[in-house]
Amino acid sequence: MGRFLVRRLAGHAVLAVVAASLAYLLAAASLHPRPDPPGPAAGPAPAAPADRAALRRLNLDDREPLAERYRVWAAGIVRGDFGRTLRGEPVAAELWRRLWVSVRLLAAGSALGFAGGVLLGAYAAARRGTAADRLVTAGSFLLLAVPVFVLAPLLQIAAAAVDQATGVQFVEWVGESSPGAAGGAFGALGAVGDRVRHLALPTVVVALSQLAVYCRYQRGMMLDVIGADYVRTARAKGLRRRDALLRHGVRTALIPLTTYFAYTVGVLLLTGMFTEQVFGWHGLGEWVVDAILRGDVNVVAAANVVAAVAVLLAGLASDALRGLLDPRVRARA
Amino acid sequence: MTRPPGNRRAVAGAVLLAALFAVAFLGPLAAPWRWDQTDFTAFRAPPSAGHWFGTTQSGRDLFALTLRGMRKSLLIGLLVAVLSTGVAAAVGMTAGVLGGWVDRLLMFGVDLLLVLPSFLAVAVLSPALGGGTGVVLVIAAFLWMITARMVRAMTLSLKERDYVRAARFLGVGPVRVIVRHILPHLASLLVVDAALNVSLAIITEAGLAYLGFGAQPPDASLGTLIADARGAAPAYPWLFASAAGPLVLIVLAVNLLGDGLRDALDPSVPRCAGRAPRRGPRDGVPQALCAVRAPAARAPGKREDAA
Amino acid sequence: MSVLEISGLHVVYPPDVPVVRGLDLAVEGGEVVGVVGESGSGKSALALAVLGLLPAGARARGSVRLRGAELLGRSDAELARVRGRDLAMVFQDPLSALTPVHPVGDQIAETIQIHAGATRRAARARAVELLDLVGIPDAARRARAHPHEFSGGMRQRVMIAMAIANDPVAIVADEPTTALDVTVQAQILDVLRVARDATGAAIVLITHDLGVVADLADRVVVMYAGREVESGPVGDVYRRPRMPYTIGLLRSLPRLDAPRERGARPAPIGGAPPPAGGPPTPCPFRPRCPIGGPECDRAAPAAVLVGAGHRAACVRTAATLDAGRVFPAVPAPPPPRRPPRAERPAVLRISGLARHFPPRGAFARRAAGAVRAVDGVSLEVRAGETLGLVGESGCGKTTLLMEILRLERPQRGRIAVFGRDVAALSPKVRKALRRDLQVVFQDPATSLDPRMRVRDILTQPLRTHRVARAAVPRRVAELLGLVGLEQAHADRYPAALSAGQRQRVAIARALALEPRLLLLDEPVASLDVSVQAQIMDLLEDLRAGLGLAYVFVAHDLAVVRRVADRVAVMYAGRIVEIGAADAVYESPAHPYTRALLDAVPAPDPAGRRGRRTLLADPPDPSSPPAGCPFRPRCPRYAALAAPALLPAAGDELGARGGAVARARCERAVPELAAPDPAVDRSAACHHPPGPP
Repeated sequence: MGRFLVRRLAGHAVLAVVAASLAYLLAAASLHPRPDPPGPAAGPAPAAPADRAALRRLNLDDREPLAERYRVWAAGIVRGDFGRTLRGEPVAAELWRRLWVSVRLLAAGSALGFAGGVLLGAYAAARRGTAADRLVTAGSFLLLAVPVFVLAPLLQIAAAAVDQATGVQFVEWVGESSPGAAGGAFGALGAVGDRVRHLALPTVVVALSQLAVYCRYQRGMMLDVIGADYVRTARAKGLRRRDALLRHGVRTALIPLTTYFAYTVGVLLLTGMFTEQVFGWHGLGEWVVDAILRGDVNVVAAANVVAAVAVLLAGLASDALRGLLDPRVRARA
Repeated sequence: MTRPPGNRRAVAGAVLLAALFAVAFLGPLAAPWRWDQTDFTAFRAPPSAGHWFGTTQSGRDLFALTLRGMRKSLLIGLLVAVLSTGVAAAVGMTAGVLGGWVDRLLMFGVDLLLVLPSFLAVAVLSPALGGGTGVVLVIAAFLWMITARMVRAMTLSLKERDYVRAARFLGVGPVRVIVRHILPHLASLLVVDAALNVSLAIITEAGLAYLGFGAQPPDASLGTLIADARGAAPAYPWLFASAAGPLVLIVLAVNLLGDGLRDALDPSVPRCAGRAPRRGPRDGVPQALCAVRAPAARAPGKREDAA
Repeated sequence: MSVLEISGLHVVYPPDVPVVRGLDLAVEGGEVVGVVGESGSGKSALALAVLGLLPAGARARGSVRLRGAELLGRSDAELARVRGRDLAMVFQDPLSALTPVHPVGDQIAETIQIHAGATRRAARARAVELLDLVGIPDAARRARAHPHEFSGGMRQRVMIAMAIANDPVAIVADEPTTALDVTVQAQILDVLRVARDATGAAIVLITHDLGVVADLADRVVVMYAGREVESGPVGDVYRRPRMPYTIGLLRSLPRLDAPRERGARPAPIGGAPPPAGGPPTPCPFRPRCPIGGPECDRAAPAAVLVGAGHRAACVRTAATLDAGRVFPAVPAPPPPRRPPRAERPAVLRISGLARHFPPRGAFARRAAGAVRAVDGVSLEVRAGETLGLVGESGCGKTTLLMEILRLERPQRGRIAVFGRDVAALSPKVRKALRRDLQVVFQDPATSLDPRMRVRDILTQPLRTHRVARAAVPRRVAELLGLVGLEQAHADRYPAALSAGQRQRVAIARALALEPRLLLLDEPVASLDVSVQAQIMDLLEDLRAGLGLAYVFVAHDLAVVRRVADRVAVMYAGRIVEIGAADAVYESPAHPYTRALLDAVPAPDPAGRRGRRTLLADPPDPSSPPAGCPFRPRCPRYAALAAPALLPAAGDELGARGGAVARARCERAVPELAAPDPAVDRSAACHHPPGPP
């Protein structure tokens, strides 16, 4: 098992290096950094010589040869230096800070979405053909058709309506915390409560979008498993249908799900990007959107590196999980 | 065990989609305003006889704008799907049939593109390529990888089918084997997958436009309309609904169609749940058939690659 | 009172398909009742109905009583208390029937914990005892292994251990040996005997194999189209069958013991078994029955007593008194007139052929781990003769066929087809050679493209080899006639044909280009017994009519016995014995051939032998033992280990001689001996039996 993972890690490292390089080259070749962002469609306009000098110092001058810029950038990356932003600040510091914000935003939602989706999917499959199954299926279909940037405003509208009807503001829908919450009547506890109220809506958005995907997967997997001979064997041993499915079906149905796990991380990052945008969280997603609009190459490249590494780590995690769940994989490794 | 739900879904999706197409392309004939006209007498006007969906902040007719966005979404979805599924089929079949280093090289490329955050790459590239065909090309360039993997897996398993072997042993040439015995069996997979790619492409395009990477004003896309309406959504709900509604409907219709088609034309003919009547000790065959289903079962994952 | 009593059982599958139509069955404690039937006879539905495990939407009515308590109609929770404790089941495919992710010991322990309320520890200890009882060596360690780490036979032992864990009063075994090799099947039948003796349970043994029933069952119930058509003590039913279906089935069964009759063969049952849930007919067998009359069309025949406890559901039992008259022997094509073997040209000559596959996982690419699928095979097929190739799964039979069919330079050794070495063929000649060398696969469901009509399937070889377009339709019509299909079948898709018809299409396709050598890869293994006989007859007729040479690969020794002139026995990628069929079957020289023949259960209860069951499982082809690959399973080698058991050699060899003899087995791989001049037979064994 260990050797298997190490081998995978080596393969992934090569992929990560190539993908990161490719991402930098793409960004550096097609973005045109300007100190004053006129908009993405502006294209190369003559810049003042002083600006050019400043840009060159930041390795952001798009009139320098691409290969040279890449060399400087790559040399920096090897040292753990992601370069500087258009404003001249180091990318790395801001990157870690924002990454942490994004993690806070996504962690609860994705965990809830995964667990909820798997449970709902398993439930629907076990009740195949009943009203409950149809409801879950229809719900997941509808949810899959609603992009995050529609879902989030919809929930905001709904929350606003609830607030208006009750006259109490249950949840906040902008930012991560209100200034001065810790200084309120409840002190530190108030600060936590304030954070939770800010987190509630975005978490629901992330959870719902993940839930729909996992629900569809798990339902399909469970349907394959429900007819499996070993579930019948388990029932022949004296387990009730429900227990047989729980003890022998769910774990087996989870095995193929681990493959999707890796794929959905990419989706999760995107969900995060839109969610941050809508709810005004200053996370990685919001940052990278601004960076692309400004032509801030180093920031875009850094975000790409983070995303690629995240996808690969998720791949590794899903390999490990698969090995944990499935003895056959362990044997082959 | 019952197939009808799949068929019902496919029919419902197809009907809904046809209706949306009709509205998007025939609607302008009936609509009182064109999308690039401005009514300086109505700003943020609610729906009325003159402006069926109301007007925007700058006095443009929302119905006409929405139709314009829908046309864009539908066309981009269709083109991207055809393009990306075509690329996927070509790459997957080449890798599967030739094998060896060609296979390894192509699959490395697939893995690489899967690791590359595709939405960011598309966002970075889209301004450079301008609107229209450029967007189609860029989105398609990042949508074909998973399909290619599925096509490859299926080609590999088809290659081992007894009837393909029988044809080879009859002296049938490789090209003829592909055309006669492999492509027809991939067709249903490809059709289903193309349908699912349509919805992905539509959501990607709308997402790009929403963030400001796609259509630039004064042009409109469902994404830009949603972005414009979002801030004022609680106060002016029709702004939001008229753009978000059609988008959701289109995606829903395409998803229903794709999912229903998959159930209706499940590429693996025998259901693996049904037990083979009897087999001798050489029972490799049923497993081989089940293996084919695995990539098909992966398709649901494709639906939601762009949030 | 019977332990398990089924009466008036009906099972209907959704949407409205009756699969069991009124079945009565009673089983006493310690009794084994065999239920035989072909596909669609409803025998598996019967098993599932008894346990209350029918698929969703299926309905059962009637009565199933276990020690007098009704089971039908009880809730899942109530049944769960009975299942696994009083009533246990053994399923067909032990690979898919065991949960892949849990250790087998835990799976057995689970069933004990559910019912006996034992502690985890105690249940696990008991599981180890059970594994030991069913003959799993090193049970304590193996209990922690997962199902995929076991061979098919060992998995089935685990299933049986699970079934007997709570001392059930009744066990239902659904095709328990079907997925297994013949030597392993013999072991499992022994284990089932042990299980019966240990628990005293009533056993319902469901199978398609009349041999298995004869071997183990006390009574037999023959099912056809969801009904019982004949039942009684095994001896009576097998000796004096009275229902035409049973008669036809027993007579069409290929046998090991009966030498091949020249010039005559029993008429096979025509047609195919009706698909499950066909329209209700008075007598379901009427369309295929050779003695049916107008009285058969009136009402469903009631079972009449034709002997002590022997019932047959037939209105014409008077006419079935003489079984030979029901399915009279028909003339078989005379054996082809051909010059003696030595004078005929060789159509296929193989020498020293090897095919090794790299082991799985690219990093472990070492020659040592390679799977030696074919490992030095030499043989020769002369014009117009049939070579039977037998062996257990994984012995390399199919790989050998594929190597021949590739018509390319083999990894090692030489293949010559019709006198031409395949290593030196130009593409053009290779394609031309394919006209003469064709193949029929095991499963016609997979060997015919489901998206092509029969006509297109038969046209493909003709057009590939540039037969004039105008001549094609006539040739297609000819081919259909040749294999006994109707012209109307040309427009059907394979899915609209029965399994037997599909195999006929596959044969027609192989014959389209008038080949001289036909490779048949298990051509009847996926067919029902009654259909098997028809296809065998067809193959015999074609050989006689067209002067074909066959290489007939099969795991079923009785089938091979029927068609083969010569036989080659394969083991671990090598031929261990080859020779004239009669010589090999009657006096096998290799201990493996002996064991294979011993393991086949004869469809004759009188013939239950005290057979020697091979102990171990077939070897892992990636790590064969040093020396003779058969050594770990070889009774002769085992006997050498204890020289006293070798009566004749005991004095003269002594212990030292035994060690020397064993050393030969341990060191050198035996080569095929030069054939005996008197008999056409040679074996690859260091210690062949001396002349009798």
